[in-house]
Amino acid sequence: MKLVINGETRALERVNTISELIDRLGLGGRRIAVELNDHIVPRTRHAETPLSDGDRIEIVHAIGGG
Amino acid sequence: MTGSATESTPRFDKPLVIAGRSFTSRLLVGTGKYRDFDETRAATEASAAEIVTVAVRRSNLGQNPDEPNLLDVISPERYTILPNTAGCYSARDAARTCQLARELLDGHNLVKLEVLGNAQTLYPNVVETLAAARTLIDDGFDVMVYTSDDPIVAAELASMGCCAVMPLGSLIGSGHGLLNPHALSLIIEAAQVPILVDAGIGTPSDAATAMELGCDGVLINSAIAHARQPALMARAMRKAVEAGREAWLAERMPRKTYAASPSSPAEGIIGS
Repeated sequence: MKLVINGETRALERVNTISELIDRLGLGGRRIAVELNDHIVPRTRHAETPLSDGDRIEIVHAIGGG
Repeated sequence: MTGSATESTPRFDKPLVIAGRSFTSRLLVGTGKYRDFDETRAATEASAAEIVTVAVRRSNLGQNPDEPNLLDVISPERYTILPNTAGCYSARDAARTCQLARELLDGHNLVKLEVLGNAQTLYPNVVETLAAARTLIDDGFDVMVYTSDDPIVAAELASMGCCAVMPLGSLIGSGHGLLNPHALSLIIEAAQVPILVDAGIGTPSDAATAMELGCDGVLINSAIAHARQPALMARAMRKAVEAGREAWLAERMPRKTYAASPSSPAEGIIGS
């Protein structure tokens, strides 16, 4: 399936949910926030939120800044 | 931080209260521009800051899973994390960044709003800032807002419900200090909410001057991170903020045109 992750189109083997995608990307257990097609998906709903071909996903974290 | 404030705030001062939370330290620090997390940690500790800003950015997807995370170094259990909207040029992007930050920090709703107008100067776009502040306040955020040193804009941001107004001393990262202390004084005199100088502080004397003007606090990043020895500069900034605050509370002597009053008695001088 194709997903646009952080602005980059990626072809991935089928992932069913946001939780699966996070694990696939090696980001499991990290402090991140996720947006699916411009809407925030709360952490508690990652496991139950399905992904479809063409979905746009933003994954962010905190970095140094003033 | 609430609770500890009453014990460690000097008796002659009251804590800094922002959106109902009390703080002892009036120095807020950023976490950008450090060489590594060890340096960030050392400088942040030396500053004794309780409120620490962070930025929100896209995760690097190729990253090493063991790569340390800023929030492991600057932990939300120890510090009040203040996510910023640095790099946003529209009200929409700024609001979206704050919403992501709230999710990232488990519902934490204190944010630093900054909407920039120009990449060369990083001067704030006050039109977009006002629009973003309205959206964020309506969405339940406690908004500390970076703005220009225009007293009318500052008053407008306070009256719409921002919990702190943070005018620039000079351009972000410039180290030029306070270029218009008179405008800052006008903002402070009319203040309905805490006023913090954000941006431009270059050296501890700038921070002390800001506090002597009556600011409630200062936010510093570059002047500490870009010092040759950041942790030492962080300590110097902490002292400067404390000195400036105490000087303001003590109320300075009046300025005189001539040295009409020597410090030592005029009587009993030998040879007179």
